[in-house]
Amino acid sequence: MSVVTDNRAGSPLSGLLRLLLRNHIWVFLALTVIVFSLSSPYFLTVNNIGNILTQGAFIGILAIGMTMVMIDGEIDLSVGAILALASALAIGLQDHMGVWPAVFLGLMSGAALGFLNGTLVALSGMHSFIVTLGGLIGIRGLVFVYSGENALMVPDFSYTEIPEIYLGPISLTAMLFFALAFFFQWVLSSTRHGRETYAVGDNIEAAHDAGINVKRHKIINFTICGTLAAVCGILLSMRLGTAEPNAGKIWELWTIIAVVLGGTRLQGGFGSMWMTIGGVLTLAVLRNGLRLLNTPNYVELMVMGGVLVLALVLDKLLNHKGDT
Amino acid sequence: MGQTINGLLRRHGLLLAFLVFLGGVAVNADAFLTLGNILDVLRQVSITGMMALGVTFVVLTGRLDLSVGSMLTLLTVIVVDQHNVAGPFLAIVMTLLAGLALGAFNGLLVGFVGLNSLIVTLAMLSFLQGLVLFYSGGSNVNIANAQETWFKVFGRGDFLGLPVPVIVFLMGAVIAGFVLQFTTFGRRIYGVGGNETASIFSGIDARWTVFWAYVVSGLTTGVAAIIMGSRVMGAQNTIGQGYELTVLAGVILGGTSLLGGSGSIWRTVIGISMLGFIQNGLLLLGFAYYVQWLVTWAVIIIAVWIDLGAKRGRIFA
Repeated sequence: MSVVTDNRAGSPLSGLLRLLLRNHIWVFLALTVIVFSLSSPYFLTVNNIGNILTQGAFIGILAIGMTMVMIDGEIDLSVGAILALASALAIGLQDHMGVWPAVFLGLMSGAALGFLNGTLVALSGMHSFIVTLGGLIGIRGLVFVYSGENALMVPDFSYTEIPEIYLGPISLTAMLFFALAFFFQWVLSSTRHGRETYAVGDNIEAAHDAGINVKRHKIINFTICGTLAAVCGILLSMRLGTAEPNAGKIWELWTIIAVVLGGTRLQGGFGSMWMTIGGVLTLAVLRNGLRLLNTPNYVELMVMGGVLVLALVLDKLLNHKGDT
Repeated sequence: MGQTINGLLRRHGLLLAFLVFLGGVAVNADAFLTLGNILDVLRQVSITGMMALGVTFVVLTGRLDLSVGSMLTLLTVIVVDQHNVAGPFLAIVMTLLAGLALGAFNGLLVGFVGLNSLIVTLAMLSFLQGLVLFYSGGSNVNIANAQETWFKVFGRGDFLGLPVPVIVFLMGAVIAGFVLQFTTFGRRIYGVGGNETASIFSGIDARWTVFWAYVVSGLTTGVAAIIMGSRVMGAQNTIGQGYELTVLAGVILGGTSLLGGSGSIWRTVIGISMLGFIQNGLLLLGFAYYVQWLVTWAVIIIAVWIDLGAKRGRIFA
């Protein structure tokens, strides 16, 4: 409370300070970029930036849907499993019906499972943590039942060339991530659905009393989250040309880390796609930079854990709820 | 009158459903309800069960612990590695102390710093997995003298016809149940989970209560690691991966509320055993291994929904 809103609130300096504090993830991102640029000559190159954006885009697309659900005050643990199913269907069905119908059905599987998650949450009143924890276990089972423990191979490798479109160094995958992020930021800030998302997450009783159809609303957001997970799975299948049954395992955790790192709160009612983009990029820069520095794998895992706790502590110190 | 039926359902509905399931499998698979098979299942669930006991304490305070899977890996690696270096007795002591310390660290961050438990333990999941790779250098560790050491008793031994891990698990359950029901600490756990503000106004220090709940969780994970190390006589770097979800699934299946304040040890024992018997029963019926995951999904949703519906008095929210 004290740092941000004491009596200097009017001066331009404190305005800037407040802006920085509220978007501390971007400050942190800038710092990591500077540190890695100074410590590795390969980091700040056009190619590597392109790589970072592509690598980050996969978690990023998951994170967009997760942000919608989280602002609602819910959580979706099943995105990793949905991703694996969509990727398996998109590749496995190609033999039977051709590329695009298979991709479409992959997408639909994600939408359907998201819809199922949302419906179960809305109708039963169970916590989404439980519903999607069940989904995480069961949908992974579906993937194994479908693929029979084998990695599915794409029949025609021209499939892997579909996302090989570049705008300068920026891949189609990365462009898609940014396009989706901007679109859903627009949804959040400029549409009725977006305003309702904040309202529901902030105070579900009040939102209900204000005439918002809370159940339908939540179902829509879970469906969005499932569909985006399927988009991510299909892009992954295009990138790899195979669909592994274990694809996307614990990606839901990385996704939650990215979103929370950005500053969106688990309690709901607060967050934005700008924050999530910041969190996703920070995560991607950290992973990429640490690898360029040839650090062993364990350092990456430990740094992620440390940064996440640090982000929480910072968030607690700088932005108490109701202070924004 | 509707109240009593609801009460009955609420208290014993889960047990009834479980018995119906057991009966259904027993009719179709002769080997299911034999003593040998039941002991096998209990032996399998003793590790997740032991962890679930501690996690129940945490969940009862309204918090989560996602770090127990990575913690299990780390502690198993420690007990196996130190067994070769310092001998079985010291290895066990070290493992338990490490478990207590890790639990205390979680407890410090959640209880005293007041951070969100899901994120903190998620961060610990990542951090501890890194620590595992750091400690082991990425290679698997094995117990050198697997045949001679008395350490094997925890995972492989029998006492009075019962497997030792099952005895350890059941004793742990009795102690944990006693602590929750009959000690001040146990009542405080329920108090903090039920209504934290009210508990603070009643003079309970919620911070310490949460702290000790995590310490218990670390301790039970330490015990589970000893069983695991003794059973496998080695430790891979991913040996505990995903265990946090199985454990949570068991706790939730038992009907312990994630909001805290409602649940019990015997519910967790039932929930985690159910997962074990479902897995075993489906395998005996000839289903592929991963079909159990689909069934687990359905069972979690249905069990929790019925439990919630009974408490609420109607099915839909």
